[in-house]
Amino acid sequence: MAYRSYILVCGGTGCESSHADKIYQNLKNEIEANQLFAQVQVIKTGCFGFCEQGPIVKILPENTFYVQVKPEDAKELVEEHIVKGRPVQRLIYNPNEDKNRTSLVTEEKDIQFYQKQFRVVLRNCGMIDPEVIEEYIARDGYAALEKVIFDMKPDDVIEELKKSGLRGRGGAGFPTWMKWNFTKNATNSETKYVVCNADEGDPGAYMDRSTLEGDPHSILEAMTIAGFTVGAQKGFIYIRAEYPLAINRLKIAIKQAKEMGLLGENILGSDFSFDIEIRLGAGAFVCGEETALLASIEGKRGMPIPRPPFPATHGLWKKPTVINNVETYANIPMVILKGGDWFSSIGTESSKGTKVFALTGKIKNSGLIEVPMGITLREIIYDIGGGIPGGRKFKAAQSGGPSGGVITEEFLDTPIDYENLAKLGSIMGSGGLIVMDEDDCMLDIAKFYLDFTVDESCGKCAPCRIGGKQLYGILDGISKGNGEIEDIQKLKDISLAMQRASLCGLGQTAPNPVASTLRYFEKEYMEHIVDKKCSAGVCKDLLQFVIHKDKCVGCTVCARKCPVNAISGERKQPHEIDQSACIKCGACYDACKFQAITRG
Amino acid sequence: MGRLTLEELRKLRENKKAEIQKRETDNKDIDVIVGMGTCGIAAGAKEALDAFIAEIDNHNLKNVRIKQTGCMGFCTYEPTVEVKVPDMPDTIYNKVSADVAKLIVEKHLVQKQLVSEYVFDRPSVDILKNK
Repeated sequence: MAYRSYILVCGGTGCESSHADKIYQNLKNEIEANQLFAQVQVIKTGCFGFCEQGPIVKILPENTFYVQVKPEDAKELVEEHIVKGRPVQRLIYNPNEDKNRTSLVTEEKDIQFYQKQFRVVLRNCGMIDPEVIEEYIARDGYAALEKVIFDMKPDDVIEELKKSGLRGRGGAGFPTWMKWNFTKNATNSETKYVVCNADEGDPGAYMDRSTLEGDPHSILEAMTIAGFTVGAQKGFIYIRAEYPLAINRLKIAIKQAKEMGLLGENILGSDFSFDIEIRLGAGAFVCGEETALLASIEGKRGMPIPRPPFPATHGLWKKPTVINNVETYANIPMVILKGGDWFSSIGTESSKGTKVFALTGKIKNSGLIEVPMGITLREIIYDIGGGIPGGRKFKAAQSGGPSGGVITEEFLDTPIDYENLAKLGSIMGSGGLIVMDEDDCMLDIAKFYLDFTVDESCGKCAPCRIGGKQLYGILDGISKGNGEIEDIQKLKDISLAMQRASLCGLGQTAPNPVASTLRYFEKEYMEHIVDKKCSAGVCKDLLQFVIHKDKCVGCTVCARKCPVNAISGERKQPHEIDQSACIKCGACYDACKFQAITRG
Repeated sequence: MGRLTLEELRKLRENKKAEIQKRETDNKDIDVIVGMGTCGIAAGAKEALDAFIAEIDNHNLKNVRIKQTGCMGFCTYEPTVEVKVPDMPDTIYNKVSADVAKLIVEKHLVQKQLVSEYVFDRPSVDILKNK
């Protein structure tokens, strides 16, 4: 008996942390209680992407998109929607947050967040149950592998990748076909390896985790294709132990693929054998760098070594190794099935296909998005992201995490691709995109990222180890009011030295946030140095909260809000802040209804 | 399940594809809406619904969405089913038993003919849409 209805529950980490698992269980119980188990299937899928509105539940065939569902809503969803066929209005997406709920959007395809998205990498996320291999197979899963093994030669695969124009999605954007070709043609060893870099470490980035959680088989299939192409029999997925859900789903996927003969000895009865193992990382940022990652897999301390020789010829245990990022692999089955020409029809002249971004920060619709290359930042932030909340003004967007830079208002209409982002002093990176508004201090942002890279530096080479520390020290001084004009030049000099002399990508790109904020916001640095002020109100040492006697009516709200009792004054008399006791939390500033408190 | 050969993998994909396509909502232009109010269910709407699902499977129709709704208001004539096929008038059938459901799939959905003896009415005009 076929099912008549399907309930899809998001099983990504974001929704899971809001009790999606409980929702799933409750829905199952309700279906059971109503004796509908033969007619209604409850499925836990990968991330829908619209994390801002999670947990998400979608009911088919009506295609009703429910948002912010709670475990206790399960009963109503089943009794009203499933049994009586009446959508539960109060759980339907209400984009304008309008109180009368007159502008509800019922279907995913009508939600603005999804309008400009194009899903290649995330094609199965939110569609299939990632723990059931048959569902992946039904969505053309392992069809690319079948085509490669039985109808193509390794050179055909390389040719198809070349036509597609696919470039590495891990950050640098190296053409994938070239990497594969180097390893395929390497003659220094018969033994070769395929490695998947799932060591996603940028603050605010979670594309790779969501891909692995929502569609683990696509990575296994792509790695097997890589193995066939370059002549490897063994693959490793290097993933951080901080991603337990992704690891668990990968383990299930590997087990299922092996049982079905899609992985292991003599795949699909051919004479090609390929096996995949998972290697857990301890979450060091430097292990995202390929040579450090390979060292970590070998059981050594994760530290980079100078290149060349490149891993393509001298990688894991000095054997030729193909190493790609999760998102790159997720594209491969589609390139093979739909052809390189199809893939290259998406995107810009130099950057083909789509890019997944984790959109976070000061944005209404934060979440996981996939857009064609060449889309503008304005479209991402205002059309998909819904703009900045609270009527605040956009200041900058940060791409590429600690290795990237900021993009300002005037460049919002630049089409996003590898080259354009580099020209603006940022990078594509792995795809974290953090939006900042006027309340964010650019100096503080640079300081935040440096704090991260100083912490994560492996300490092997001096430019990164010492340079990073010095940069941080100078920024810290400026933020505390101890900056001097000469500091600007010092920042620039140290940045240049680090970029030129560091051993690996971590050190080379660590000064990028400083260089980029200096480039676009030098004024803000000068304000900190000369005027000893932070107009965004972030650098606490430069702040002072003052109550203006003429405006204060003595309502006592601020005094009651102050967590350290630094505000004193009689009722109906002007109040005063004891500056020596003030911790500059800003609670009084936010609480005052009479604009009697100034920050500066 | 054991290790697959190429043929077995292809067969499995074909079988599962039909199942997963039911989850997709694109390219489906025919709606079959079954009234599943208390009155409808009491009169046998569940059996009709099951018959629709089975029959649509038998005919391998991929562009049909089966939905359910509450009571349509014709409680004496339950089970009622509304069928919307492009280029045909939206039609409401009454007293749809499992056998009539089969007939509707065969005639209305496949051969594009109305099953006249069970046509109840065209749906009443939605005053909200036409104001």
